[in-house]
Amino acid sequence: MATMTMIQALNSAMDVMMERDPTVLVFGEDAGYFGGVFRATDGLQRKYGASRCFDAPIAEGGIVATAIGMGANGLRPVVEIQFVDYIYPAYDQLVSEAARLRYRSGGEFWAPITVRSPYGGGIMGGQTHSQSPEAIFTHVPGLKTVIPSNPYDAKGLLISAIEDDDPVIFLEPKRIYNGPFDGHHDRPLQPWQKHPASEVPEGHYTVPLGVAAIRRPGKTVTVLAYGTMVHVALAAVEESGIDAEVIDLRSLVPLDLETIVTSVSKTGRCVIVHEAPQTSGFAGELMALIQQHCFYHLEAPIERVTGWDTPYPHAFEWDYFISPARVIAALRRAVEAV
Amino acid sequence: MTQPADPSLEQVPADAIAVPQPHCRPGDEPDFSRLNFPGVDSARRPAVDESPEHMRELAYGLIRVLDENGDAGGAWNPGLDGDTLRRALRAMVLTRLFDDRMFRAQRQGKTSFYMKCTGEEAIGCAQAMVLTTDDMFFPTYRVQGILISRGYPLVQMMNQIYSNASDPLQGRQLPILYSAREYGFFSLSGNVGTQYCQAVGWAMANAYKQNGHIAAAFIGDGSTATYDFHHALNFAAVYRAPVILNITNNQWAISSFQGIAGGEQTTFAARGIGYGLPALRVDGNDFLAVHAATDWAAQRARRGLGATVIEFYTYRAEGHSTSDDPSKYRPKDEAAHWPMGDPVARLKQHLLKLGESSEEQHQAMEVELTAQVRAASREAESVGTLGQSKPPVGEMFEQVFKSPDWRLQRQRKEVEG
Repeated sequence: MATMTMIQALNSAMDVMMERDPTVLVFGEDAGYFGGVFRATDGLQRKYGASRCFDAPIAEGGIVATAIGMGANGLRPVVEIQFVDYIYPAYDQLVSEAARLRYRSGGEFWAPITVRSPYGGGIMGGQTHSQSPEAIFTHVPGLKTVIPSNPYDAKGLLISAIEDDDPVIFLEPKRIYNGPFDGHHDRPLQPWQKHPASEVPEGHYTVPLGVAAIRRPGKTVTVLAYGTMVHVALAAVEESGIDAEVIDLRSLVPLDLETIVTSVSKTGRCVIVHEAPQTSGFAGELMALIQQHCFYHLEAPIERVTGWDTPYPHAFEWDYFISPARVIAALRRAVEAV
Repeated sequence: MTQPADPSLEQVPADAIAVPQPHCRPGDEPDFSRLNFPGVDSARRPAVDESPEHMRELAYGLIRVLDENGDAGGAWNPGLDGDTLRRALRAMVLTRLFDDRMFRAQRQGKTSFYMKCTGEEAIGCAQAMVLTTDDMFFPTYRVQGILISRGYPLVQMMNQIYSNASDPLQGRQLPILYSAREYGFFSLSGNVGTQYCQAVGWAMANAYKQNGHIAAAFIGDGSTATYDFHHALNFAAVYRAPVILNITNNQWAISSFQGIAGGEQTTFAARGIGYGLPALRVDGNDFLAVHAATDWAAQRARRGLGATVIEFYTYRAEGHSTSDDPSKYRPKDEAAHWPMGDPVARLKQHLLKLGESSEEQHQAMEVELTAQVRAASREAESVGTLGQSKPPVGEMFEQVFKSPDWRLQRQRKEVEG
């Protein structure tokens, strides 16, 4: 067992899979020699050679299309889209091609590709380095969408994604690459080394897709979150003194509906937190499911704390980023509703 | 604040933006006199390992083997034997007969949609004969000749077209968007151009596995405008992928003539030069030229020398699809004036000249193949045409993922009751 940051854990996942499985290839812009701008692929080219880990032209559509062809031909490519804000040129290849290949070919071809990409705000990236487009991909039949919140999960989920025979969009919350973030930008970032989830096995293990984790058990209200927002939610719950149950969804498709329904049926109240803009965001889907499955248990309207319906503004980053205070206010509204 | 009115806009002439126009429109006399086709001796055949920079002229000329009299000549003559030529002609005739039958079936309401490859049969059929089923085609919707050449069951093609209970794609795909892995035929997408770079990825996987197999992709002249086209050329060149990147320039992308995709600026083959790829411009109505160019490119790819771009210069003799009316945008009889002739007629003429076939043999073959198509059609129709039969509705929920998740299971249950 070693202590790892999320970046190191992701690197370890690819390392383990490249070691175990010669069909696993890693490529993307700057992903080869340099090891990626966030260093997630650091050392992989040195260890496995340029045929296994290499740089790609700056053409996201080409990167994903090439990966689809490789995947259909028996390889398991893991591609890096340098920031998820750049994934839109690859959108057609992801939603029209990778997602539907198995379906449209009657099961003759499929694309076991993993598309890794840093997402979310909190690094002063402005509108082109801060987006959270996960809901777009959850709307597409045939794609899986996975978002880890800590190093242990990041490695186990990424290994599951690489081993999965379906295309997986693997979104990495870059705000917490190097440590959990409690939502207070004026406090120093805590290193992962102090967090229990940074204890990461060096070898192969998996965290299954579609299984949520209860990060904090509680009785009064359920908080649903993923990625960086898990840490913001935990900080908010701690500061509020409210006995909330915090659930880390870990993957949005497949979704662990059972854990959500069990928790909300118990607490009768729910607050959903995500960084993405509110309108048509994934919180809307969660609210619909909870309404459908927990209606007679609900004691209060379901709350959602989300990003604003604006592009991500550079100078107002911390006005955009969800603070524990906003989550606390929502918790209070949920708890105090009669 | 609103934009202020710009008084100069009142003076804009109708042709201020240069929009290319075809040389003929409905009502005009078809006129291809501007086109200049070199003779069969005009194109040299470089060694397959020659550097692309030394063969640039091949992107601007035209590789031909069959001349106007049906004789084969020039450096690219593949010298095929009579059996191979007869097999080729048979596949091309069968493809045409199949198209005609399915076109009529659409008109009779037996399917929603069909697309013919009339005038382009040589392209798919020749490439299918050069490559093996271990290689993989990334096709467009106008190379059904590949499947037909390779003996894919006509009934199965028709079942797919009819979306009936025996549809190999379980009623999920638009008619003619086939998938046939065992026949080296990748699943067809309806989004044009998307397959082009996927073929490069497939080919890169072949190179990685060092299995000696290659890929071949098709794209239409119109779709060369997509970014997928440029991604493919770039990735193929950068990673020296063993792939043949075919461009079928059939002059028309639905109603837009090839000039709208940039065909008036330079040849489509010449796009390859900018990426450092060898590029050939080939008479697409000449089976022998298509065969020879494909063989050359395949040898390059198999020897680890990388990708080749081939533009097949041809003419889409029929409408884009059954939903199209080409008489609305081009002279009605333009196809009949195409100066490169008809690929089936040209190969037939060649066989006759060689003494490898006769009019009687040809007619007998047409009778036989017509009966074959009719029999297949009857068999498929006995399963059902569109709306008369279909696969079990549960198939709708299968293969979205490898295994259905709870949403799909619940939704399937709701539909199946």
